[in-house]
Amino acid sequence: MKFLCVECDKQMAFAERELPGDGTLAATFKCPKCGRVVAMLTNPMETQLVSSLGVEIGGRTVPSEPLEMVRANVITGGPAWSNDAQERLSRVPSFVRGMVRKIYADYAKERGITEITPAIMDTARAELGLEGM
Amino acid sequence: MRTYHQLTDPDRSGLADQIGAQRKRVAARLAAVRRIVAVMSGKGGVGKSYVTAHLARGLARAGRSIGVLDADFNGPTIPGLLQVPQTAQPPAIGLDGVKCISMGHFLDDGAPLAFTGPVAESFVWRGAMEASALREFLSDVEWGELDVLLLDLPPGIQRYIELCDILGNAPAVLTVTIPTPESRNAVRRAMRAAVDRGSALLGIVENMVGAELKGTAGDDLAAEFATPVVARIPWHPTPDTWNRLASQL
Repeated sequence: MKFLCVECDKQMAFAERELPGDGTLAATFKCPKCGRVVAMLTNPMETQLVSSLGVEIGGRTVPSEPLEMVRANVITGGPAWSNDAQERLSRVPSFVRGMVRKIYADYAKERGITEITPAIMDTARAELGLEGM
Repeated sequence: MRTYHQLTDPDRSGLADQIGAQRKRVAARLAAVRRIVAVMSGKGGVGKSYVTAHLARGLARAGRSIGVLDADFNGPTIPGLLQVPQTAQPPAIGLDGVKCISMGHFLDDGAPLAFTGPVAESFVWRGAMEASALREFLSDVEWGELDVLLLDLPPGIQRYIELCDILGNAPAVLTVTIPTPESRNAVRRAMRAAVDRGSALLGIVENMVGAELKGTAGDDLAAEFATPVVARIPWHPTPDTWNRLASQL
């Protein structure tokens, strides 16, 4: 996918990417000649399709970890995740998301919790000393 | 107005480069694997996984270094057949020292394969997600040096096509059938797809021979595709049955 500033006949350059946390993605592209900026907004399905290819719009900032996609996206069959909790998890960088998911899942399993919610995540974070996760 | 291929400025996203890096990673990992063999069949329930696991053990008993990649993500059975602990980290070591990776390592007992993501119309991205999982299984498992990597494919040809695309070439194929004409007709389609893609056919394993299942699928397919029936597996095979098959590959 590329963007062309028709007026300048210039290929627009990637400028910035945002993940609002609701499964959507916003990426801005800027014309190197006139400075015009456009935003590409993808719905959750489109965002997921790009993610499932194992690529990142805007480029990778860190090398991928072994089995990164599988560990981050396969639902192991453990506790259910509420939509809000899933959205929050999606904001965790993909290269550590699998590890973070497992920490919360293990926490819930050990306590017989059947659904992970943002409140459960907050409690786990405080109890396990995981500030920032 | 210029079209996609006419826009050639470097792009910070570098999506093509990211895909290229993925392919290089697969190639680098598999450089230590002497031979890749896909065990496939167009038909479900013919015993592909059973044959794969026991063939792998037969090869291992003959002194080869063997890995099995369980590519049947929705019905992984290799860990059970190789008696690998559920919690083992890939590559797990199974019976006779066979190494393996399976989606079963990542799923709780009885849990179906599911991915995070939007539930509605998940068919749009689920196939791509499974193909990515296959790519990671190929590129990210530290097999070490292997004489043979066996891939246990699910029924149908979709995973085989994904495999060809990820590898960049068509792997050798060992086909499994049962004797019935229904199996012959389904397996024929898979073998045709393999030939069309350029795979070398190593032969046909006719499984579940000698009891209620009647037919000549093995011989029919062998004649049609000019490839040998390398084994006829009875209902109660012994280790010698598998050792003989292993000696033919």
